[in-house]
Amino acid sequence: MATEQALADEMVDAVRTWVDRDVIPNVADFELSDEFPQAMFDQMCDFGLFGSTIPEEYGGLGLDITTYTRIIEELSRGFMSLAGLLNTHKIGAAMIGRFGTDEQRQRFLPRMCDGSFRAAFSLSEPDAGSDTGALRCRAERDGDEWVVNGTKMWVTNGMRSSLVMLLARTPDDRITCFLVEKEPGESFEGITVSKKIDKLGYRGIETVEMSYVDHRVPHANVLGGDDGIGHGRQYALSALELGRINVAARAVGVAQAAFDAAMAYSQQRETFGRPIFEHQAIQFKLADMATKLQAARLMTYDAARRADAGQRVDLEAGMAKLFASEAAFEIASDALRIHGGNGYTTEFPVERYFRDTPLMIIGEGTSEIQKLVIARKLLERFPVE
Amino acid sequence: MNVVVCVKQIPDPADPGQMDPETRTLKRDVKLILDESDSYGVEMGLQLVDAAGEGEVVLVSMVPNNEVSGLRTALAMGAGSAVLVSDEALAGSDALSTAKVLAAAIRRCEADLIITATESSDGYTGTVPVQIAELLDLPSATFAKSIEIDGDVAKVQRQTEDGYDEIECSLPCVVSVTAGVVEPRYPSFKGIMAAKNKPVDELDLAALGIDPATVGWAGARQEIVDIAEAPAGEAGEIIHDEGDAHERILAFLDDLKIL
Ligand SMILES: Cc1cc2nc3c(=O)[nH]c(=O)nc-3n(C[C@@H](O)[C@H](O)[C@H](O)COP(=O)(O)OP(=O)(O)OC[C@H]3O[C@@H](n4cnc5c(N)ncnc54)[C@H](O)[C@@H]3O)c2cc1C
Ligand SMILES: Cc1cc2nc3c(=O)[nH]c(=O)nc-3n(C[C@H](O)[C@H](O)[C@H](O)COP(=O)(O)OP(=O)(O)OC[C@H]3O[C@@H](n4cnc5c(N)ncnc54)[C@H](O)[C@@H]3O)c2cc1C
Repeated sequence: MATEQALADEMVDAVRTWVDRDVIPNVADFELSDEFPQAMFDQMCDFGLFGSTIPEEYGGLGLDITTYTRIIEELSRGFMSLAGLLNTHKIGAAMIGRFGTDEQRQRFLPRMCDGSFRAAFSLSEPDAGSDTGALRCRAERDGDEWVVNGTKMWVTNGMRSSLVMLLARTPDDRITCFLVEKEPGESFEGITVSKKIDKLGYRGIETVEMSYVDHRVPHANVLGGDDGIGHGRQYALSALELGRINVAARAVGVAQAAFDAAMAYSQQRETFGRPIFEHQAIQFKLADMATKLQAARLMTYDAARRADAGQRVDLEAGMAKLFASEAAFEIASDALRIHGGNGYTTEFPVERYFRDTPLMIIGEGTSEIQKLVIARKLLERFPVE
Repeated sequence: MNVVVCVKQIPDPADPGQMDPETRTLKRDVKLILDESDSYGVEMGLQLVDAAGEGEVVLVSMVPNNEVSGLRTALAMGAGSAVLVSDEALAGSDALSTAKVLAAAIRRCEADLIITATESSDGYTGTVPVQIAELLDLPSATFAKSIEIDGDVAKVQRQTEDGYDEIECSLPCVVSVTAGVVEPRYPSFKGIMAAKNKPVDELDLAALGIDPATVGWAGARQEIVDIAEAPAGEAGEIIHDEGDAHERILAFLDDLKIL
C-alpha cells in the first residue's frame, strides 16, 4: 500500500533535518576510528526506522518502498554506514514477511520493530561470494533440531544482531535458510565472531567472520517451515532483488553529498584569480556529475515505484543498482579531484565518500554479476519468437 | 497536568521571507512551519506531562488560513491536541490583539500551566507572554531555563545576566521559555502518523466571542510606519599580529562592551 504523500514527506523531512543537524557535523569525529555510532543508532530507533517497512499488523509502520528509499538516501547523504545498520535488518524482515510461516511472522516481526532485536543476513562465505551455489556451511537434522557447522564471511551487523538469516547446505545438498537466534556479542552457544574485518570505508558498523561449531537451531526456525527446506537460496536472492533498490539509494545519497561538497568548493576555491568553477574543465566535470546523479536518482525512484505498484523489478532494480553505484564512485572520485590536495585529506569529507562508494559496487552482487543478471532477464523479457 | 503551549507558525526563515510593502508586514501566504523558538516550549511541556504521569500538552496557535503544518510538527512530537484560531478579521493584528485572541483560546483549555517562548523568530516583540498573563489575570515568569512542578507551585529557574533566579509561581501561571534550554525531540514516524488524527479545534472570532472591531487592522493600536532593508554586514576588521594582537582584541571587545 502506498504511503500517503504528505506523511512520507514529513518523515523524510524529519530524517533530513536530523542528518543535517546531528549527523553531518559529527561523523568525522569517530568514523575513522571505527567506533559504533551509538547516539545515531539510538535516534534511528526513536524515529522508528527499524520497524518502518514491517506491516502495521505486526507493530511496524508498513512504509512503502519509495518512502524507505528516500529515507535510505537521506541517511547515506550523512553517513552511509547508518543505512547499513538498517539494511540487513530490513532484508531479514522482508524474508520473514514473505516466506516465513504464519507462526514465524507472529513470533519474530513484532520483536523487530524497535531496534532492540536486529537481524543480520549471512549468505557469503570465504569461498562463496558471487558464486552463491558454492556454500559449504552445513546443517544436519537431529530430531527436532538442526546442527550447524561452518564459517560465514562478511556478516554485516553480525555481532550486535540477535537474529541471523543463515543460509546453509542441508543434506539434500540444497540450501536452506535458518532463523538463528542469538545473544548479541562475540560468542553464543557455538557461534563465534572469529574475526572483525577492517574495511576501507563503511566504518563504524561491524562486518565480521562468524564460525559455527555444533550450533543447534530448532526445526521451528527453518524459514518457511517444512516447505522452506531447500528453498533458502531462492528466498535470499528474491530478498536481494529489493535490496538492490536500497543499495542504489545509498549510492544516490553518497553521490549527492559528494556533488554538494564539490559544488560548494568549486565556488569558494580560487586559482588564477577566479573561482575554479569558472574554469571550463571544472564546469564540465560538475555538469557530468549532476547529470549522472539525476539519472541515478530517477532510475532508483522508478524501480521503487514499480515495486510499490506490484510490478516486476528484477531488471529495473538491477539496472538502478548497477548504474547508481558506478555513478556514485565516479562522482565521488571527481569530487575528490575538484578538491585538489584538500580532497586527499581527512579535513574534508570527500575522502570518506571516495572510500564509501566502492562498497555499493561490490555488495549485494558486483557490477559484473549485475550485468549477468540483467542480460539473463533481457533474454527472458525480449525473446525472439 | 494540562500544559498549554502557545506555538506560532511562521514562514520558514530558511527561505528569505517577503515583506508586503502595502501593509509593511511579513507575507504569510507561504507554507508555514513551527517557530523553532516554540519547539523548546513544546519539549518542556512534554517533559512536564511525562513527569506528572497524566494530562497532555494542548497547543494554541493563531494563524491565517487555518494553516496547520507547523502544528502538525508539534503534534508529531507528542502534543495531544490543538486549538487553532483563524479569522479574516485578524489580519493586521498587533501583539496585544494576538494576546487577546490567545488568552480567549486558552480560557477554554483548563490549563495548569501556559508556556510560550520568550520571543518569536519573526515578530520578535517579546510582549505577548506577559500580555496573556495580564489578560488572564495570572502570575507570570519570563526567561525560564527550567520548570519543575511541585504540588500547585511551579519552581522556575529564570535566566539572568549573571546566572539565574529561583522563583516560585502558584499554578496556573504563564511561563516564557528561553531558546536552547532543552533539546527538542525529533518527531517519531509513529508520532507523524498519529498527528494526522489528533484533534484540532478550529475556531474563529465569533466562536471566541471577540468583537472583530477590537482586533486586526481595525483594532490595532500599533502601526508599523516604515520598513527598511537591513544594512549588509560590513567586512570585519582583520588584526595582523605584530606582537600586540591580544591587546588589540581585548580593546576591541572592550569597545563593544562584551568584556
Ligand atoms: C501590523 C501587524 C500585522 C500582522 N498581521 C498578521 C496577520 O495578518 N496574521 C497573523 O497571524 N499575524 C499577523 N501579525 C503577527 C502577529 O499578530 C504576531 O503574532 C503578534 O504581533 C505577536 O508578535 P510577536 O511575534 O512579536 O510575539 P512575541 O511576543 O515575540 O511572541 C512570544 C511568544 O508568544 C507566542 N505567540 C506569539 N504570537 C503567537 C501566535 N500568533 N500564535 C501562538 N502563539 C503566539 C509564542 O510562543 C511566541 O514565541 C501581524 C503583526 C503586526 C505587527
Ligand atoms: C563491506 C562488505 C559487507 C558485506 N556484507 C555482507 C552481508 O552482510 N552478508 C553477506 O552475505 N555478504 C556480505 N558481503 C559480501 C558480498 O556480497 C560479496 O563480497 C560480493 O557478493 C562479492 O563476492 P566475493 O567477495 O566473493 O567476490 P568474488 O565472487 O570472488 O568476485 C571477485 C571478482 O570477480 C568477478 N566475478 C565473479 N564471478 C564472475 C562471473 N561469473 N563473471 C564475471 N565476473 C565475475 C566479481 O565481479 C569480482 O569483480 C559484504 C561484502 C563487503 C565488502
